[in-house]
Amino acid sequence: MKKILIIFAHPAFQKSVINKTLIDAVKNMEGVTVNDLYETYPDFFIDIEKEQRLLLENDVIIWHHPFYWYNAPALFKEWMDLVLQHGFAYGTTGRALEGKWVMSAISTGGQQEVYSKTGSNRYTVNEFLAPFNRSVTLCRMVYLPPFVTYGSHTISAEKLTQQADAYREILTLLRDDKINPQELNDLEYMNNLIAKHA
Amino acid sequence: MHNQDFFLQALIYLGAAVVTVPLAKKLGLGSVLGYLMAGIIIGPFVLGLVGQADEVMHFAEFGVVLMLFLIGLELEPSLLWRMRRSIFGLGGLQVLITALVITFIALAMNFQVNRALAIGLILALSSTAIVLQTLSEKGLMRNTAGRSAFSVLLFQDMAVIPILALLPLIAKLGQPADLSETALAKVGNVASMPGWLQLIIIIGAIATIVFIGRFAARHIFRLIAETGLHEVFVALALLLVIGIALAMDQIGLSPALGTFIAGVVLADSEYRHELETTIDPFKGLLLGLFFISVGASINFNLFIENPLLVIALVGLLIAVKFIILLILGRIFRLKKGYEFLFAFLLAQSSEFSFVLISFSKQNQLFDDKTAAMLLLVVTLSMAISPLLLIFNDKAVSPILARWQNKLEYDEVEEQENPVILAGFGRFGLVVGRILLANNIKVTILDNNPSNVEILRKYGFKLYFGDVTRPQLLETAGIKNARMLILSMAEHDEALKIAAYVREKYPHVKILARAKDIFHVFEFFKLDVRTVQREMFESAAELGAKALNELGYTKYEAYRATRTFKHHEDSVTDELYRHWMEDHNEFIRETRRFAEQVSETLQTEKNFSIHDSDCAWDVDTLKDEAQKNIPKKQQ
Repeated sequence: MKKILIIFAHPAFQKSVINKTLIDAVKNMEGVTVNDLYETYPDFFIDIEKEQRLLLENDVIIWHHPFYWYNAPALFKEWMDLVLQHGFAYGTTGRALEGKWVMSAISTGGQQEVYSKTGSNRYTVNEFLAPFNRSVTLCRMVYLPPFVTYGSHTISAEKLTQQADAYREILTLLRDDKINPQELNDLEYMNNLIAKHA
Repeated sequence: MHNQDFFLQALIYLGAAVVTVPLAKKLGLGSVLGYLMAGIIIGPFVLGLVGQADEVMHFAEFGVVLMLFLIGLELEPSLLWRMRRSIFGLGGLQVLITALVITFIALAMNFQVNRALAIGLILALSSTAIVLQTLSEKGLMRNTAGRSAFSVLLFQDMAVIPILALLPLIAKLGQPADLSETALAKVGNVASMPGWLQLIIIIGAIATIVFIGRFAARHIFRLIAETGLHEVFVALALLLVIGIALAMDQIGLSPALGTFIAGVVLADSEYRHELETTIDPFKGLLLGLFFISVGASINFNLFIENPLLVIALVGLLIAVKFIILLILGRIFRLKKGYEFLFAFLLAQSSEFSFVLISFSKQNQLFDDKTAAMLLLVVTLSMAISPLLLIFNDKAVSPILARWQNKLEYDEVEEQENPVILAGFGRFGLVVGRILLANNIKVTILDNNPSNVEILRKYGFKLYFGDVTRPQLLETAGIKNARMLILSMAEHDEALKIAAYVREKYPHVKILARAKDIFHVFEFFKLDVRTVQREMFESAAELGAKALNELGYTKYEAYRATRTFKHHEDSVTDELYRHWMEDHNEFIRETRRFAEQVSETLQTEKNFSIHDSDCAWDVDTLKDEAQKNIPKKQQ
């Protein structure tokens, strides 16, 4: 069994419907720890040692946040800047995180069609996530395909429930080590994995 | 040997003071009462260790002079000017009315008009020494009652001069044939001169003091200070005060008044603090000596001869003075409850009375027996005075407070607001504003009527009441509240309320303002964990600003201060554990933790733990990059 750490960042969690539903679906799962950054560090004063310890204690790291300006909210960036320290996460001697798995779980306002070469955003979500992908690789970790929830402003209750179930299922698969890294190779989004396993 | 005698006397006086004063303090009686008791014990009527204390008393009166000098140092001229209404209005009326009333009473006791008048004038004064010592000991100098009392005393000090001049004239009233020029001459050479010349000399003397203080003194002080010999500075300071006192005595002015003026003149000089710390121990000792000699001089023989009469006279004197003061306090609109403090403060007679009584005796106004009785009454009224204040503190104040509560505290309608904010002064105001700005319904309780009035004008829903009364919390809706915020400055009371609410309404979340770390621990003990030290945060913020001004970038200063605050949080938790385990251990641990803090700060300084704040600008990364540059490129 693998241990999962969700690094969650949402500056207006009290207003969120999507992410509230998603987090609620997984927060009480066995083997899953939710680390709510904005709740823990309202003054942006991140306890670097504690965060690094949490990373070491877990095998799968989920970076869960809404997509703001095609990126993560500010505190998550601060977390990356400070916690993924040189000599700890990267650099010639920085091998502490080697081999861990990282998955982005993001929600976007735009629909999936918008995030395409022909759509108004011109790039796919995966393309926008390039900095995260590279950061993970630089830290000698494995970057999984992202889990994306599109159209957060217009999503129906029914669709949202489906998403929440899917999220929970993916985390279960990850936790129970039911995923073969091979099958992820040509998988664009983690969402598609469910269909395969079903 | 003469010296031996002196040292023996010193031994007795000092010994008595050292034994009784701490004892009196411990019993909550104040130092004045302690000294007086010491005097009574060593005096001729108990142990008889010292004889007539008159000479000692005369010497020790110099303590009063020093005290007024020190008070002058603390009073800038502008402040004095602002007090003019209470000095001349309140002070003037007090002396005038009290003198008249006592005169009439004396007339009713079959004294002759001139004698009655002299008694009235003499007894109208109050004791500067006792009152000011008490005020400063209780920290009441800045309280309105304290200020008013001081104003009255200041006027009385000034009034001593004309009274001294009047007494011979009053003596003349009764027995024109018996005017004793020689007695007059004893006051000083000036008193025998014509009035206009006296006035010129007095004005000239004061002008000289002001001139010396303003222009010459600081040059002299600087010269002496530059020598670096502290004892010479001490000598100079004493020289200054003694010099002025003697000069004043010569021209018939009160030495206390003269040194007071000198003090005021020097109040804004750069040597003020140096002077204060230099003179203060002398003042303390001499005043103590003075109070001891007052105690020792109480004539118990006279008392035993006719105890009822003496008690009645003392009681009458205090009652008359008290009632007049109380009425004046009302007229001059002292804050509610303070007029009692004011009246109790000044209800005794003055040490100046000793001088005035013996002077009157010389002028053949009183026979020996009357003078002795007057002295006894004055002394006893002074000795009782500290007891009156204790009576006021313990009995009158609480009753007044309760009485006022009944009359004026608001009836708080049953409130359903989720938050009760207790205390709406400087601290609570900020808390309340944040909550109100976020549309949170708050029931605000405060026990300062002026706060309540002002803030109500601005639309705050405020209720005037004593939050320490459970009944008020009940009506404020503590039963249905979610949260109680204790933002009041009454730290001990806050703990009591917290304990009460914890016990009776465990569901109510309590947040508290704490005075210091120990106060925090007391709250922790009651399981109130959300506690804010009233000074810590703002001090830390100012620290950050200081770092910034010293060249840190704003963000660096912010991070450094944040680091400090978080460090403090963890230290507090650990200290609390130690505190709970062992109080003595705690002191050692505090020291250890202080070392730890300084160690942390030192490490921060040396290799900057903020480096971890620098993300991609850390030195290790730069070093690695340097190493990886191919040789040929270097």
